[in-house]
Amino acid sequence: MAKNYVTTTINGEQTEFLCETQQTLLDVLRDVIGLTGSKEGCASGDCGACSVIMNGRLVCSCLVLGVEAEGATITTIEGIAQGDKLHPVQQKFLEHAALQCGFCTPGLIVASKALLDENPNPTETEARYWLAGNLCRCTGYDKIIRAVMDAAAELRGESVG
Amino acid sequence: MNYIDTSLKVVGTRPIRPDGVDKVTGRAVFAADTRAAGMLWGKVLRSPHAHARIVSIDTSKAEALAGVHAVVTAADFPEIVSEEAFVGEGPMNFRDLSMNCMARGKALYEGHALAAVAATTQEIADRALALIDVQYDVLPHVIDVEAAMADDAPVLHDDLFTAGVDPAPTKPSNVAKVVTFRKGDAEAGFAEADVIVEGRYTTQPVHQAYIEPHACMATYAPDGQVSIHSSSQGHFMVRAYTAKLLGLNLSNIRVNPAEIGGGFGGKTLVYLEPVAVALSRKCGRTVKMQMTREEVFRASGPTSGAAMEIKIGAKKDGTIVAAKQILKYQAGAFPGSPIGPGCMCGFAMYDLPNVDVVGYDVVSNRPKVAAYRAPGAPITSFAVECALDDLALKLDLDPLTLREKNAAKNGTKTHYGPTHHNIGFTAVLDAVKAHPHWKSPVKEGQGRGLACGFWFNIGGESSAQVHVNEDGTVTAATGSPDIGGSRASIGMMVAEVLGVPPTTVRTIVADTASIGFTFLTGGSRVTFATGMAATQAAEKVVEDLKRRAAQTWEIPVEAVEWKDGKAYPAGSNAGAFEPLDLATLALKSPRTGGPIIAEVSVNAQGAGPGFGAHICDVSVDRETGQVTIERYTAVQDVGKAIHPSYVEGQIQGGAAQGIGWALNEEYIYNDKGQMENPGFLDYRVPVASDVPMIEAVLVEVPNPRHPFGARGVGEVPIIPPMAAIGNAIRRAAGVRMHDLPMSPPKLRAALDAASG
Ligand code: FES
Ligand code: FES
Repeated sequence: MAKNYVTTTINGEQTEFLCETQQTLLDVLRDVIGLTGSKEGCASGDCGACSVIMNGRLVCSCLVLGVEAEGATITTIEGIAQGDKLHPVQQKFLEHAALQCGFCTPGLIVASKALLDENPNPTETEARYWLAGNLCRCTGYDKIIRAVMDAAAELRGESVG
Repeated sequence: MNYIDTSLKVVGTRPIRPDGVDKVTGRAVFAADTRAAGMLWGKVLRSPHAHARIVSIDTSKAEALAGVHAVVTAADFPEIVSEEAFVGEGPMNFRDLSMNCMARGKALYEGHALAAVAATTQEIADRALALIDVQYDVLPHVIDVEAAMADDAPVLHDDLFTAGVDPAPTKPSNVAKVVTFRKGDAEAGFAEADVIVEGRYTTQPVHQAYIEPHACMATYAPDGQVSIHSSSQGHFMVRAYTAKLLGLNLSNIRVNPAEIGGGFGGKTLVYLEPVAVALSRKCGRTVKMQMTREEVFRASGPTSGAAMEIKIGAKKDGTIVAAKQILKYQAGAFPGSPIGPGCMCGFAMYDLPNVDVVGYDVVSNRPKVAAYRAPGAPITSFAVECALDDLALKLDLDPLTLREKNAAKNGTKTHYGPTHHNIGFTAVLDAVKAHPHWKSPVKEGQGRGLACGFWFNIGGESSAQVHVNEDGTVTAATGSPDIGGSRASIGMMVAEVLGVPPTTVRTIVADTASIGFTFLTGGSRVTFATGMAATQAAEKVVEDLKRRAAQTWEIPVEAVEWKDGKAYPAGSNAGAFEPLDLATLALKSPRTGGPIIAEVSVNAQGAGPGFGAHICDVSVDRETGQVTIERYTAVQDVGKAIHPSYVEGQIQGGAAQGIGWALNEEYIYNDKGQMENPGFLDYRVPVASDVPMIEAVLVEVPNPRHPFGARGVGEVPIIPPMAAIGNAIRRAAGVRMHDLPMSPPKLRAALDAASG
């Protein structure tokens, strides 16, 4: 089976890869490129562990084909921090202890960043509905929502307690 | 040493966890993230039938496919004799586990493993599976627990004779064992009762639904050395099971603990590791395996579903005089439901004079159950705590008052034998009473439910090392996989003892060849037992540091004291010396006896049971049957919260899992015994918009058996939610829901029936 040649931009870097037609973007990220921060929890679009931002939109990378990445701009969890400076969402996840096992965390951080890119001032309900596609079985979401709301406040330049 | 009444600098604070940055940047390595040169992909062929005799398996076509390097079936595993295993959490038999990893003779549930292949790509492995020809003789199956107990039920195991009955049965059946616990005389107690409540309750099996599917990578080298990377709640457990199931020596197997993406009890046994090693042994290449979500649902263990009968009798003032329960727990395809704890936990919270509990462990054609948070307790407590609410209603008593009246205290003798010591149930009930949630009026149209939960917590074997590095920083290593932040709590206890900031202690999880035996992460034991080992190791290091300071100053060791990370001369008689800090002592270590390190192994006893009480307000949409959780408060005695954020997190997460168990989660089977909802779309776990903030209230009644007073916390919080929600629904909508999940269609039907 001939492989497809794809040129794309991942985390700001031009990236080329070969993939089979049926391979998902998640498979490509993890198995071809070696970016294993995006996780597979279901491979069916139901858990959000594989969340990436593609051309400005939050997507489940398990529902995107590798070939669809041609010409696209993709941000994965590995591209959220700037060098050694964590994104406020990452920092707030740490401060609020918004992770236990940490398996859902990459997807939730990507999804939260996408939320705050689009809506810098979400209500708790808006945050809960936006993140409803990201399952976390450990935390009960309480500390995750607090971390996201706190990160939003910080990004708006407000300081909350 | 005991630090319970000392002033603490680190324990009780909320530092950022040591592995935090790795986990928020995607760098943490979970089992599925591992890679090796020349690695193959392993996949499993699973039975489409719920119950079938395996007539033949022909793997020749699969073996001939280009890219396939190995195919294994049960014939590649030694046949194991029945032998009880004390390796995981809960009852287990090595033979059953072997047959669960690879079916032998019969497929006992849809999803049962029949064969496995290793191939160069996942796609080739999938094609190879399709080329394996299995001939089945399909047998009648049974799914429901009570149907499985019927005289004419299809029998799963010809050699299963009910244990615990006299005389021993002569006919095999699906009832693996009967357990009974009696205290006093229940019938006499009921005769004295002014009021009696009775009920029949059912619960459904629910899956732990960790977001990370099972995964591992294994290599069998030509010299017989095996290396395994896997995600589990215990790498020593993986080593023990793999060795037994393949007939290998423990010393030939080295298991590296990958990060674990949730377990909740479901990763306390093996599914893939022995299979991956068998495949690797056959082809000499590294083999990686990971389950799909569908496989996780179809083939790995949920907890039991159950059918239960309950009867409670009380005096007019609310004093309970008799209690009785019959519990029938599904074990799945092999014996081993958590019926024992089921029989103990429901009534363990109360001081009852007359108790009669009978429990049945029943096999049926479903995946073998695995431990799930406080195994067995949430099920029995659903029945007990709902019945108590009915009793409160019948007596026109406040449900909290009813519990206060009957609560177990220090010195209360349980119906299963032991007497409670150092328990904090009363303190928990006091905290409920004082909480603004409990004191606030119930909002119009809502109902408020209260329910309690008890779990034993366990201790057991743990090993820990503390090393002072050459620059005075510290490494703490343990054998306990970190499933929810235990690196933080272990590191904090070590930092407290050494008198250094927690950031100077790096906590790691060492592999099976690098640290002493450590029992798995389960039973809420790590902060208690492994924490005890780590604390003692740190204390040994302090003793050693004092000796080195004494040697340096040429004074007796008794004249040295350790404070805030430094050695001081104790008092003016000891001499006037500049204090020696960790870095200085580390630098001098070559001249004072070499590296500074201590390892301690313990078999920790006295875990100290945990009690919790949850308050929940709900509203019910009468048109759709939808329940909304409006407010939720979980109160629990945690002994001492080492890192309060992670303690709260355990409580919030457990409560959310209980909310899913109460309202949504269930296995749906078709008439062929196949699961119809093996995915997160149809097996619906709570999402962020399903739950409110969950307030965790930490009550601290110190456990005197732990250096800092800690009790296990992870399991209690999943026990009360089902009844708390059921009781809230009862009070909001006037209907008593006896069957889980209390999903919209069921609630609609109940509301319709009630309005007649
Ligand atoms: S792995 Fe993509 S949504 Fe679950
Ligand atoms: S932290 Fe474990 S699934 Fe979210």
